[in-house]
Amino acid sequence: MSKRGIVLYLHAHQPFRVRSYSVFDTAVNHDYFNEPDYLTDRNNEQVFKKVADKSYRPMNALLERLLEENPEFKVSLSITGVFIEQAEMWAPDVLDSFKRLVNTGRVEIISETYYHSLAFFYSRDEFEHQVESHKQKIRDTFGVETSVFRNTELSYNDSLAKWAEDYGFKGILAEGWDPVLEWRSPHYVYRPAGTNNISLLMKNYRLSDDIAFRFSDKAWPQWPLSADTYNEWANVSLGDQQIVNLFMDYETFGEHQWSDTGIFDFFYAFIRKWLDNPHNTFYTASGAIDAFTPIAEISMPYTVTWADTERDLTAWLGNNMQQEALRHLYALENDILSTNDIDLISDWRKLQTSDHVYYMCTKWFSDGDVHAYFSPYESPYDAFLYFMNAVRDLRWRLHAYHKIGGLNG
Amino acid sequence: MLGWELPPHNSGGLGVACYHMSKALAERGATIDFVVPYLAEHPGIDFMNIHSATNLTPLERYGLGAYDSDAVLEKSLVEADMDDLRDMRGVQKRYVRYVENLVLKLKPDVIHAHDWLTMEAGMRAKQLIDVPLIVHVHATEFDRSGSEAGNPLVHEIEYQGMVMADRIIAVSGVTKNIIVEKYGIPADKIEVVHNAIDVASLNDGYVYDDRTYRYLESLKSEGYTIVSTVTRFTVQKGLTCLMRAAAKACSKYDKLAFLLAGDGEQRDELIRMAAELGISDKIFFTGFIRGKQWRDAYSVADVFVMSSVSEPFGLTALEAAHHGNAVILTKQSGVGEVLNSVFRYDFWDEDRLADQLVGIATSRVLKDTLQDNVQREYARISWHDVAQKCFSVYHASRQVSA
Repeated sequence: MSKRGIVLYLHAHQPFRVRSYSVFDTAVNHDYFNEPDYLTDRNNEQVFKKVADKSYRPMNALLERLLEENPEFKVSLSITGVFIEQAEMWAPDVLDSFKRLVNTGRVEIISETYYHSLAFFYSRDEFEHQVESHKQKIRDTFGVETSVFRNTELSYNDSLAKWAEDYGFKGILAEGWDPVLEWRSPHYVYRPAGTNNISLLMKNYRLSDDIAFRFSDKAWPQWPLSADTYNEWANVSLGDQQIVNLFMDYETFGEHQWSDTGIFDFFYAFIRKWLDNPHNTFYTASGAIDAFTPIAEISMPYTVTWADTERDLTAWLGNNMQQEALRHLYALENDILSTNDIDLISDWRKLQTSDHVYYMCTKWFSDGDVHAYFSPYESPYDAFLYFMNAVRDLRWRLHAYHKIGGLNG
Repeated sequence: MLGWELPPHNSGGLGVACYHMSKALAERGATIDFVVPYLAEHPGIDFMNIHSATNLTPLERYGLGAYDSDAVLEKSLVEADMDDLRDMRGVQKRYVRYVENLVLKLKPDVIHAHDWLTMEAGMRAKQLIDVPLIVHVHATEFDRSGSEAGNPLVHEIEYQGMVMADRIIAVSGVTKNIIVEKYGIPADKIEVVHNAIDVASLNDGYVYDDRTYRYLESLKSEGYTIVSTVTRFTVQKGLTCLMRAAAKACSKYDKLAFLLAGDGEQRDELIRMAAELGISDKIFFTGFIRGKQWRDAYSVADVFVMSSVSEPFGLTALEAAHHGNAVILTKQSGVGEVLNSVFRYDFWDEDRLADQLVGIATSRVLKDTLQDNVQREYARISWHDVAQKCFSVYHASRQVSA
């Protein structure tokens, strides 16, 4: 009989943010991602270096220490292709520390799209290409193969699970959302509806979000959260069931929750306490799938994500600007790919990163809750403006350099 | 309440703001005695007592140029001849004397004085009956003059009023900053209470007449985007930057036309500038307009730009939102503090404005989203909230003086 365990999965990602790219740049400069202003959060290099100091370096050091001290400790990581590109340019030591983690054999890399895109919902060919190029990047960087898949923003539906099974994945990750689970518990391995050979791990969003969102919230009745309390919650919550899936952004540690909130000490203490109980262990995503047979089928015909109270894609595709932006971008697919112009294709793909349309989200902005608008832009409208100027420049490059297509305004 | 005008005898936004604010305060139970410097009927105002400080007609008062501070003779009140009512300072002196008698009789709980015109009366009233003085700043002399200069006497009156006041209400954070930085008043003495818009008064059966600007309508049918501004043509309004941004935008996207509604000392300069920039055929000057032509100027437009170098509030932006315009504001406009679904730029940043104009003109969805969202937003801004905030300021000031 397998021990009960935690599946800890952290997602590391940084987009190539579009600079304040104006109509006067369109058809003149093609450097969409090189913000000259040193101080703004659109400056990708500065942001990466800042987050490396606050989060990637201290957290990787902590993970390394925990792996060294606790033979049972395991972690799963997903690291986007655009993250690795940025780390190669601006923080190679961070990449090295990830390599050391993977080399322990107890850190699994999860598969996803290279560009952290929503391509699954727009173009199956492009989607598969990005999954394949991510696999290749992981192979080249870490020398490992991936076998469990997660889609951007943990977006999931039955047809994605079917695709993942056909593609050869043995597992897939999703939100453990109450309307889907109903009376069932997220603490088991499930089988996606309509599949035979793939397992589904579902996030325990309460325990995950206690750390990811609420940890430093002084208005939260449970603040300040101690490792003892949290350990007790996790033990009681799991009971005699199989696994607790704690899925969250890697940047929770040090960036969303700053070091001075005590997040690192809390995390270290919790891992130790969890393992103090001889019934407890950790699993990687694959490890959990190998250890437990799916207990039942779960069907999610509609797309569920890990975002917001709605758990849907409205933060990315909820308004007309967002839909238009991606419609115009994906409309260029065949023309762009036919050029074999590596720079052009790479720029087109970097614009597919979901963060770009997230910055265009108006659902908090127009309701007056501007503080909920996390973005390097002054408004969703500015985000849309710069993005569309870049899309027009893609069209211009197609037209000017490859004699393809029109400019369409 | 000490003011200088009320509708229909108003020449600007001050009277409109005082009217709606008083009405909302009265609805919350305030008893208001409102002093104006002229004698006239105010049909429809039955929610407060209006007191006339002089026998002047409102028209005579217009002739005195209350808002043109250059016209103020450089006289202190002691020097002013109280019987010379053609003299602005004379009118103010009579106003002060009237207020002195009135407050002794009425013993109000709070004195609420609007702008420099009534600040002296407010200070005197406070001295006499020792009740809290609230000074409400709709615009400072820096805003009116559009420069560092302005009339030193007016600056002095404003400064004294702000120092003497128990609490200061500023119509925006922009104005609050000016009060702190230029007048050296501590920030914690100042409350920001943004103005609102009375939607009901705009829903008066108005229907857009597409014949008013028929040429612009035909441009629209050819795919042009109409950009308007409704303003006085003065330095403070930043129109020369708008003009250069217009030329830059047209160099990137041709189907733009600009409607400049209003008049002022800069008109000839702007006409000359349009010619120099080679965009004369794209700029439309209306001259001074009011009534239907004024409403239609909003209605014909797709985009409204407030290009002000310094704008204490900027009610026209809310009016534009009401008429379905996408709104672009300078960061130096106070109204931007209550609207989120807008584009913003620094008043000198011509490239940024041009980019925003071209972006809207070339993206239907951007234009529609901005228009829809700002229209939902502006209507939430209500005079009742203004009244509620005024009440809090009154209560706070009475605690301070007690």
